[in-house]
Amino acid sequence: MLFKVFPEAELTRLFELLAKDRIVGPVKKGEDQQGRPLYDFDVVHDLADLHLDYTQTIHSAKNYFLPYREDLCTFTFQNDDWQKEVDYGVYAPLVLLGLHPCDINALNKLDKVLLGGRYPNPFYGEKRGNMFIVGHSCTPQPFCFCQSMGTDSAIRGFDLFLTRMGDLYFAEILSPRALHLLEQIDCCDPDSSEHRRYLDLMEERESLFVAHVDTSDLTKILDLEFQSPVWQEWGQKCLSCGTCAQVCPTCYCYGVTEQVDMDFSRAWKEKQLYSCNLLDFASVAGSHNFRPESHTRIKYRYYHKHRGFVEAFEESLCVGCGRCGQACLARITVPEVIASVRAGKE
Amino acid sequence: MTMTKTFLGVPVARPKVAFLELSSCEGCQLQLLNNEATLLDFLSLVEIVRFREGMKEAGDEYEIAFVEGSITRADEEERLKRIRRQARVVVALGSCACFGGVNQLKNRFNDLEWVKREVYGSHPIDSQEAKPLSAVIEVDLEIFGCPIKKEEVERIVTALVLGQEVRHPQYPVCMECKARENICLFELGEPCLGPVTRAGCDAWCPANRMGCWGCRGPAPEANLARLEIIMAERGISRQRMIDRLECFGGFAGFVAEVKGKKEER
Repeated sequence: MLFKVFPEAELTRLFELLAKDRIVGPVKKGEDQQGRPLYDFDVVHDLADLHLDYTQTIHSAKNYFLPYREDLCTFTFQNDDWQKEVDYGVYAPLVLLGLHPCDINALNKLDKVLLGGRYPNPFYGEKRGNMFIVGHSCTPQPFCFCQSMGTDSAIRGFDLFLTRMGDLYFAEILSPRALHLLEQIDCCDPDSSEHRRYLDLMEERESLFVAHVDTSDLTKILDLEFQSPVWQEWGQKCLSCGTCAQVCPTCYCYGVTEQVDMDFSRAWKEKQLYSCNLLDFASVAGSHNFRPESHTRIKYRYYHKHRGFVEAFEESLCVGCGRCGQACLARITVPEVIASVRAGKE
Repeated sequence: MTMTKTFLGVPVARPKVAFLELSSCEGCQLQLLNNEATLLDFLSLVEIVRFREGMKEAGDEYEIAFVEGSITRADEEERLKRIRRQARVVVALGSCACFGGVNQLKNRFNDLEWVKREVYGSHPIDSQEAKPLSAVIEVDLEIFGCPIKKEEVERIVTALVLGQEVRHPQYPVCMECKARENICLFELGEPCLGPVTRAGCDAWCPANRMGCWGCRGPAPEANLARLEIIMAERGISRQRMIDRLECFGGFAGFVAEVKGKKEER
């Protein structure tokens, strides 16, 4: 890895260079009742709208690599013939600017399951191949438990990673394009005092985490506690609304429906992100439902994240961003659920 | 029934349909006329023999009846029974037909004669308790919403014509609201019935910064017990929640239960 430092003011030039492509980054969407800012990822046209000092976005940047809805293929009928069209939905390069380490690690995990398997997902792959990722350092929030999940720092999966050090940016460079970019702005190699400053900053950040999840032997504990009554308690709280999955940067499960145009000239398969918390997700032919009860559904989400994925990929699918717990109106949070399962009580 | 179109080489019948109205604002009918861009396609799909908001002619030969509105008069009950005898498929169109809709708000007054006097004075008029279609006849399909969502009706009618299964979302509005990346209205201190209301509207109201009023009725397995806690935690009064739940009639069973609990105390 290469390192550079540049003055804060050079961000303007960097933004200009990146702005020839579409930039998506954290922007302020409003304020909550206490006057705290609410952030989300959106297309940024003006550097002034970009809030790199954001706490956490409500939604992940998922819509840009796993859209909530996406047409998988379209069939056009003409006379007795038909034609199939597949559109991966990639028309221009995309710059994801300001991703925190959790969200970069989310992409790394998705890559494993969506690109690394026997049947890579071209819709996801095309979008990933057209992305330039600029990460940005963060301040741990009270709900962040990425440290427990081992996703509090990103060592790969980005082109450039920026850490704010007062009036300087400390840049980690992973791609030739990122290096070429920095060569066009006023930057230099960091000296030993800047190395020290960076390491001190990282150490300080380490100490700021409040929320923790004990993941030791978690897959085994989840197996042992499959029938634990705590699941029923969480199930009673759960709204089965799918909010947790929608805001999650790694929930990739989906459903597909087939639709026909009113004039019968066109039909298409539409993919829609789904959630194991939804009543009809495990509903199959003959109206059978594998998980008709709320507690079986919420449990399934936890087993996929913290057990199934670990067995398959030796790492959890959860990156500890805390979005699901923040968005959940029923106040169901990962640290509390895992702790209750470990303790055998809520 | 005329065979005018084919789908994948198979002839598809163009069924005769009627749009009929009981006690309602006929806003659901107007909703169908709203998007001119798809109107001709819609007309090519079905042969409309009756549609008061859109045509003068009024035929009585139809296979599919889309009935809008609730029943508030004795003659409407009789008319609805005649519609049932005529139509092969009866569709309850909109929240009034499905749950009684806004009309059923009057049912919460114990003395309906008093309601009648307040509204109509001494004018002689037949006005009874407002009922959904299903209280009088068997309904084959319900299309929810106040008003209905035109795109959804178009999808459903296409499915009916092609003989496909019609499936409503089983999940609550939150799922669609999150997909639009709206700010949760509870964050802004607004009450919202999105967590318990059946989706399919694409979070129409919350996307316009207005909390859901539950016009599509409860999602199956709606966790209303938890909604009570959510509202209470945020200082939203029980009465405000009940007012919302009562508005369109879809949550009637739950409202009765909550009110019962209140009286017990």
